[in-house]
Amino acid sequence: MSSTTVVPPGEVPTRHGADEVLLAFTRALRAAGVPVTQDRTHGFLAAVSVLGLGDQRATYLAGRATLCAGPDDLERYDQVFEAWFNARDGLPRTRPAQPAAPTFSELPAADTDGGAGEADEEVVRAMASDTEVLRHRDVASMSPAERARLAGMFATIRLRPPLRRTARHQAWHRGDIDASRTLRASLRRLGEPAEIAWRRRGVRPRRVVLLVDVSGSMSGYADPLLRLAHRFTQVARERGGVVETFTVGTRLTHLTRALRLRDPERALVAAGETVPDWSGGTRLGETLRFFLDRWGQRGMARGAVVVVVSDGWERGDPSLLAEQMRRLHRIAHRVIWVNPHRGKEGYEPVQQGVLAALPHCDDFIAGHSLATYAELAEVVSRA
Amino acid sequence: MELESTRDVATRLGETGYLCDESLATVTFLALRMQRPLLLEGEPGTGKTALAEALAESLDLPLVRLQCYEGIDASQALYDWDFPRQILHLRALEATAAAKEHPSVEEAEKSLYDARFLLARPVLAALQQSPAVLLVDEVDRADDEFEAFLLEVLSTYQVTIPELGTVKAATPPIVILTSNRTRELHDALKRRCLYHWIEHPGLEREVEIVRSRAPEVSQALGRQVVTLVQQLRDRDDLQKPPGVAETLDWARALHHLGTTELDLATAAATLGALVKYREDADRVRQALDRMLRA
Repeated sequence: MSSTTVVPPGEVPTRHGADEVLLAFTRALRAAGVPVTQDRTHGFLAAVSVLGLGDQRATYLAGRATLCAGPDDLERYDQVFEAWFNARDGLPRTRPAQPAAPTFSELPAADTDGGAGEADEEVVRAMASDTEVLRHRDVASMSPAERARLAGMFATIRLRPPLRRTARHQAWHRGDIDASRTLRASLRRLGEPAEIAWRRRGVRPRRVVLLVDVSGSMSGYADPLLRLAHRFTQVARERGGVVETFTVGTRLTHLTRALRLRDPERALVAAGETVPDWSGGTRLGETLRFFLDRWGQRGMARGAVVVVVSDGWERGDPSLLAEQMRRLHRIAHRVIWVNPHRGKEGYEPVQQGVLAALPHCDDFIAGHSLATYAELAEVVSRA
Repeated sequence: MELESTRDVATRLGETGYLCDESLATVTFLALRMQRPLLLEGEPGTGKTALAEALAESLDLPLVRLQCYEGIDASQALYDWDFPRQILHLRALEATAAAKEHPSVEEAEKSLYDARFLLARPVLAALQQSPAVLLVDEVDRADDEFEAFLLEVLSTYQVTIPELGTVKAATPPIVILTSNRTRELHDALKRRCLYHWIEHPGLEREVEIVRSRAPEVSQALGRQVVTLVQQLRDRDDLQKPPGVAETLDWARALHHLGTTELDLATAAATLGALVKYREDADRVRQALDRMLRA
């Protein structure tokens, strides 16, 4: 396909072949965060050669159709296209070619095989209790070393994806009579009465949606919360369930793709690059509305277990937040609000955001330490 | 029959009453030329399904529709054996066996798995009838396992039936997939397709659409209705902004009431054709007076 491309004078920079320019464009696009794969690139070149090279608008449309996979990609595509073909500078941002090498967090010291000596045992016991303390410490107040140790401990969190009954039946050895299967079996035996087949309602994992607030007031919790989201995503995946993660703040970002990377450190790096509004303000009501409009109402939140993690410091209009929470509550199976400050002494839910949202939540739980995250996993599993 | 350019596609679709913009026409042209499935996403009511219908009509091809739903599986999408008829056939063989010489067991068995006992479900039907337009509607409603199965069919355009052999389309059908984004489709499926996000049309285009789709509605009323709907879409407090389908519904509803010029009373009374949530209806009703006066 690329062999047929001819450089028309004056259309593309003449120093490079047309296919080179187009290929380099796909590279730039990938650097800007659009997941362009080899076969997409091929499709792009084929599409351009169908439409002809002369028309920049046609090239633009060809790329939109072949290189983008969703509305989130379209915006980036537009920016990169503009920069590449019209200005040649001001690319949105570049991503390092390789995500930072994974750092291996040490196993909790308690797990190391202590020697036989008595003194060693003493040390081990001290470490063990240390681990226990760490489980209950507020993650925002930890030193970097403690955080690194805590990171390894997220692997201890268990999550059974919540289940729902489906409209489909499945064959079972007791339950209701499965008339059609019984009949079919008897037809196969030329109408001789056969064994009676039974069926029951099937079960499937319920979708879990995490909405994580990454605004300034939550900055101490962003890292552990994303680790938690990653852990949830991975555990649910092993059992066939789906966990979708979004960050909310000043805008809504879909993080699920980044968190599907198996290695937690890589996933966190990828997530960090995806989210544009770290430590910004909080416009919870507005972002929640955007979530419901774009994703939630169409099906993402329908019948799902929705977990909102936020401290409720709302800059926007609390009545908007209340309304969106009401909307969310109507379509979701269960709404769980996790507040990192809840577990602290003397905490009263007085923030306007929390006050507005609380009437529309089924659970209101703390979320400042590993122990509370394990509790959250339990609540989600039982939902 | 053969479409030569992007403009050609737009014209042909326009003749059937489907007005599309340049980008959609280009993507459709590419899909036809590159023989790749076309994945359409967008707000409900922006004409995703209608494109397949219009395409089938303008190319004069049969439209085969596969409506996806949760739990759909291969026997509902591909083919199934007609058990009752097979049994009947066996009984008929039994009855006639006395008169004629016995057919061998193998022959009897073989005659059971004949093409006439095959129930062609949409995908197989499209391959058999091809050239045809295959519409896989709301693919996001199906389970993700179903996507893997679609992937196989869409990449080879053939179906293998163990008892019968392989059915391959002489010319690949034109495949349109639509999704409402209730969940993200698998990347592998998306990569196979050309992608297009359909936006709501602009004012002038929507007026044209109303004119061509609902010619009975008076021009003045059509324009008023579209102007109002466009204003509603610009508001960001509606739970479900009206799509083109709702615009047409509303215009027709008003027409049936004998309205030629929009007034507050009839507009309020027919609001149910336009907005489908109580909160939305309240908001629109409140703003209607102001919007009509403007």
